[in-house]
Amino acid sequence: MAPAPAATQKIRWGELEEDDAGDLDFLLPPRVVTGPDENGFKKVVEYRFDDEGNKVKVTTTTRVRKLARARLSKSALERRAWPKFGDAVHEDVGARLTMVSTEEILLERPRDPGSKAEEPSASGDPLASKSGAVLMVCRTCGKKGDHWTSKCPYKDLAPPTETFVDRPPTADGSAPSGGPVKGAYVPPSLRAGADRVGHDMRRRNDENSVRVTNLSEDTREPDLLELFRTFGPVSRVYVALDQKTGSSRGFGFVNFVHREDADKAISKLNGYGYDNLILRVEWATPRPN
Amino acid sequence: MRPILMKGHERPLTFLRYNRDGDLLFSCAKDHTPNVWFADNGDRLGTYRGHNGAVWTCDVSRDSTRLITGSADQTAKLWDVQTGQELFTFRFDAPARSVEFSIGDGLAVITTDNFMDNVPTAQVKRITEDPDDQSEESLLVITGIKGRINRAVWGPLNRTIITAGEDATVRIWDTETGKCLKESDKEQGHQKAISSLSKSADWSHFLTGSLDKTAKLWDTRTMTLIKTYVTERPVNAVDISPLLDHVVIGGGQDAMNVTMTDRRAGKFEAKFFHKILQEEIGGVKGHFGPINALVFNPDGRSFSSGGEDGYKTVFSEAASSIIVV
Repeated sequence: MAPAPAATQKIRWGELEEDDAGDLDFLLPPRVVTGPDENGFKKVVEYRFDDEGNKVKVTTTTRVRKLARARLSKSALERRAWPKFGDAVHEDVGARLTMVSTEEILLERPRDPGSKAEEPSASGDPLASKSGAVLMVCRTCGKKGDHWTSKCPYKDLAPPTETFVDRPPTADGSAPSGGPVKGAYVPPSLRAGADRVGHDMRRRNDENSVRVTNLSEDTREPDLLELFRTFGPVSRVYVALDQKTGSSRGFGFVNFVHREDADKAISKLNGYGYDNLILRVEWATPRPN
Repeated sequence: MRPILMKGHERPLTFLRYNRDGDLLFSCAKDHTPNVWFADNGDRLGTYRGHNGAVWTCDVSRDSTRLITGSADQTAKLWDVQTGQELFTFRFDAPARSVEFSIGDGLAVITTDNFMDNVPTAQVKRITEDPDDQSEESLLVITGIKGRINRAVWGPLNRTIITAGEDATVRIWDTETGKCLKESDKEQGHQKAISSLSKSADWSHFLTGSLDKTAKLWDTRTMTLIKTYVTERPVNAVDISPLLDHVVIGGGQDAMNVTMTDRRAGKFEAKFFHKILQEEIGGVKGHFGPINALVFNPDGRSFSSGGEDGYKTVFSEAASSIIVV
């Protein structure tokens, strides 16, 4: 657009506004496009009537960028000049159909580059194998699908439990279904590389403590007790309350007398819909620092 | 990379297609209007208004002048790519699920669903140069498949048609006689409905994705199983990179169960696998719903995905970021 006529029209438009003369009020000043300048900023000033009949000035600033890889064939260049058709005709500046993601999205690797894949077999097998065997995880020795915790041959060896706990994942790598099994919860203390400190601390503090998060605001301790006591005797229920408002802060703890019951509660209630929220139930272990 | 998000559809995307030069991207969705976009900057060029039901599929001729679409309104339509004008309508008594132009664009194969009392068919139509001469007459009708045919594509030299569908079997048909030449092995083949089929750049092999959570690579000529790629979710869309030895597989939880699962658990990502080693290279997230359509740009440097969330995303420069394998 030539700058001179645009300028004169701008002045006239300013005069009109001052006079508030009704004669030419229905006329809208033309669209002014400036740029793109050296930084690629393009400014489009448009005038239009809004729903109530008022004149509105719309200034749109866009940044024009050249695409790095613009090798188009001859016919593609021709197509580039095609006029828009259909619904695309009317959308010009205001339409926000196309945008560049604000979020950087990267290719996420399933494992560190260079490391060997153990995953394909692990992810393929458990889905195929029977779920019953997968669920059967001995918490004493960590064996899967062999026996339940109560039938574990190492049950009576209390101190060895500690040493045993850390070992199985490495030693039993070739066990029936090594690797992570979906659906079967392995408490952090039983996982490979679980640090002892955390383990000991948990022992000292709270036995069989279960953390419940994503509770609704009006959940109180009796509600939680009601929900959890179906799994077995509960020794303590605690819901964190906000000091000021007195409403729940959305999480709480439940201590079970028996570890088995806690385990059962976790497996049953994690992901359970309660008061229109999805509960998250997990072992209350201190975070490893 | 920062993908371009394009939101021109109000309903879930069903199908995406690049033209041969890779500068135009056609998108179909369950809303009734297919769109065409400039593939490099994501500007919408136009819309093709005229269908009266979900549009399941489309194909564009080699010279990018004609578009054919298949829709749930029981028609397939021919369009002028440049103006969006409707040229011809093929009427069926069942929804059209899959369309493809043959080599030379003289023929098109259109599949119709098993709907009401109709058996699923794959029909070959002649596409005339002049739309006025166009007729609805079928040159060949392939029947005898149980369950919906989700995809029917041309084999090399238009001698065969490859079909895949709900009966989990891939079949190769003779286009002269309409007889079934080869069938995929029951043992080796898919166990559940095949949702997608995509040919390699030279048509020597093709990839099928199935709800049994696998994608399989087949030889076009001998119909032997070459590779299997295992994922954790039902596969809705697959494509083979024309540039590198990569395949991309998209899918996710059934649309039906999405609201019941967490976004992380849904695995709504496009997964890249190495074509030969069958190893997972990585995943590209970005959708909030299952991916229904995945397609590589013919130059192999970017790909587009369309999801149940109604967004279509062009991941440009994807290849350059995954080239470092």
